[in-house]
Amino acid sequence: MRKIRVVIAKPGLDGHDRGAKVIARALRDAGMEVIYTGLRQTPEQIVSATLQEDADVVGLSILSGAHMHICPRVMELLRERGLDDVLVVVGGIIPDVDVPKLKEAGIAGVFLPGTPMQEIADFIAGHARQRVEQI
Amino acid sequence: MTPRTRDLSPSRARWEREVLQPALRKGPERQPAFTTVSGREVAGLYTADDLPGFDYTRELNDPGAFPYTRGIHATGYRGKRWTMRQFAGFGTPEQTNARYKHILEAGGTGLSVAFDLPTLMGRDPDHPLSLGEVGKCGVNITSLADMERLFDGIRLGDITTSMTINSPAAMIFAMYLVVAEKQGADWMTLSGTIQNDILKEFIAQKEYIYAPRPSMRLITDIFGFCAREVPKWNTISVSGYHIREAGATALQELAFTLRDGIEYVQYGIDAGIDVDAFAPRISFFFNAHNDFFEEIAKYRAARRIWAEVMRDRFKARDERSWKLRFHTQTAGVSLTAQQPYNNVVRTALQALAGVLGGTNSLHTNSLDEALALPTEHAVTVALRTQQVIAHESGVADVVDPLAGSYFVETLTRDLREGALQYFETIDGMGGMVPAIEHGYPQREVAESAYKFQQAVERKEKIIVGVNEFVQEDEPPIPILYIDETTAEQQLSRLVELRRTRDNDAVARALDRLRAAAAGRDNTMYPLLECVRAYATVGEMCDALREVWGEWEEEPVI
Repeated sequence: MRKIRVVIAKPGLDGHDRGAKVIARALRDAGMEVIYTGLRQTPEQIVSATLQEDADVVGLSILSGAHMHICPRVMELLRERGLDDVLVVVGGIIPDVDVPKLKEAGIAGVFLPGTPMQEIADFIAGHARQRVEQI
Repeated sequence: MTPRTRDLSPSRARWEREVLQPALRKGPERQPAFTTVSGREVAGLYTADDLPGFDYTRELNDPGAFPYTRGIHATGYRGKRWTMRQFAGFGTPEQTNARYKHILEAGGTGLSVAFDLPTLMGRDPDHPLSLGEVGKCGVNITSLADMERLFDGIRLGDITTSMTINSPAAMIFAMYLVVAEKQGADWMTLSGTIQNDILKEFIAQKEYIYAPRPSMRLITDIFGFCAREVPKWNTISVSGYHIREAGATALQELAFTLRDGIEYVQYGIDAGIDVDAFAPRISFFFNAHNDFFEEIAKYRAARRIWAEVMRDRFKARDERSWKLRFHTQTAGVSLTAQQPYNNVVRTALQALAGVLGGTNSLHTNSLDEALALPTEHAVTVALRTQQVIAHESGVADVVDPLAGSYFVETLTRDLREGALQYFETIDGMGGMVPAIEHGYPQREVAESAYKFQQAVERKEKIIVGVNEFVQEDEPPIPILYIDETTAEQQLSRLVELRRTRDNDAVARALDRLRAAAAGRDNTMYPLLECVRAYATVGEMCDALREVWGEWEEEPVI
């Protein structure tokens, strides 16, 4: 069975990449293929990377407060490219009131500060498996 | 890292044999090894045996005397307390102006400007990457007009302002100078700080625009300009704060920050500026993290290392060049979104470490900052925390009260020696700029961040409310929510500005800036001209992008 492929992306202008890098390593150590895009990726670039890398999962790390702009745009572009089945999760500084809005926009998991890496890895493994098996 | 084994004195050896060993047989210690938050192993007991050859005058000396381990002021805080400087900025310049007036009325003694990401990255609000970011993490400043609104009713000649700005530091500083000039303040007496520390951006926070070398050119231009025109301005705040937040250990924070400082001094000297003409205006900025004694030792070691480096490595003759002055901020990364009121306690302990380490100014984080930018109430509690330490605890009445503690002195020594080893490694790479170009400090920090996270997952490190003492169903606390009206307002102002200003004058000034950047003339003078013509931050930064290009790092995990 092929490994789960995850694109970890850092959208927007923010450069605080500690969380993105730590989770990228944790997912790799959990047996996934991880592609880290680096900083300042536009939603278009993130979706292109997802397509090119044939990723099952996109993980967005956003700490700047721009999540309500970036996340829906990524979802929209994924749909346009026929990538509806890609699991999208986001981690960072997200006010509680925005969590239901993000879920409504199609974000499968929202992980706030202090979430154990194992919990995120388990969530991804549990939810992305179906797509991996279908391919 | 293990504690050094030392030759024990007869009395200590007897104690270990006759007192310690029987006690351990009766009840073992809680865990096989004890480590600081940085992973440094600590022994259970420190005595004079841990400080062989200790030399008070050489290692510490009295406060105000070389190497300043005990502080740069002979009277510590008995003369003047630290500056209580709360970092603030959000939304429009008017909103932040109101917050500043609140801080000053509440007894804050200096201002500290937080800019939003478009400003920090040299982008105007209409740039595609600014989408959703305008006014979110700080205040949006597009042109001189915004700077005038930001300081409306605040006399810049009477206060000191710290501005956290790095890649576009020269542009923002030029705006501040023009506002001060319009208010009638004299540049010769104007004081404040620009962070202007690009090296830690490459290492940690990643808010860079140009490659390391042209970025260093902008900084040395500021050194040269200020030495002549704004002599009391702190031209750089060499920052370990962000390096620590990115995951560095206390030792890495200390070592990389001071090695960055060495790089700036070397570049200044290489640019032909006399060391004593700019070194006294270099200041530092450290983190105050959870591990109380290690943090205190870090500040004390920093003062000693810097004094020795400036006198012995750079042959500075002016004592002011030897004295390390620093700002401290409590550790944002230590704050938890869970049970946020616990953050008040964390912050108080961290602030106390900063004060016991002799910080010259201090920012205390607010309890809600793992959730959002702080509310006015949360900011007030944070400021009150400093005031309680200053006025009620008594710790500010005695200079360097922990000196002579076997433990603190051992830590101070060990941290210094560890930093000197890092210096050797980085010197061997040709300095910090080449080390950064090879990704060395970046990899070191990422490695430490991952190790710490693993220790938390394994519960080797306890975070109260996160991996222990967890509480379900916490009531939410009020948070500051920044809506989109800032972006709309700043966008419409930008359109209006471009319509009403003299665009030919802007174009001419930007041409002069490009010419200076391509040649060797100091860029500060054409930047001042751009600012006076109301060129935007994005336009000025773009002009330099055209000449110097942009830096992209190799993403490594």
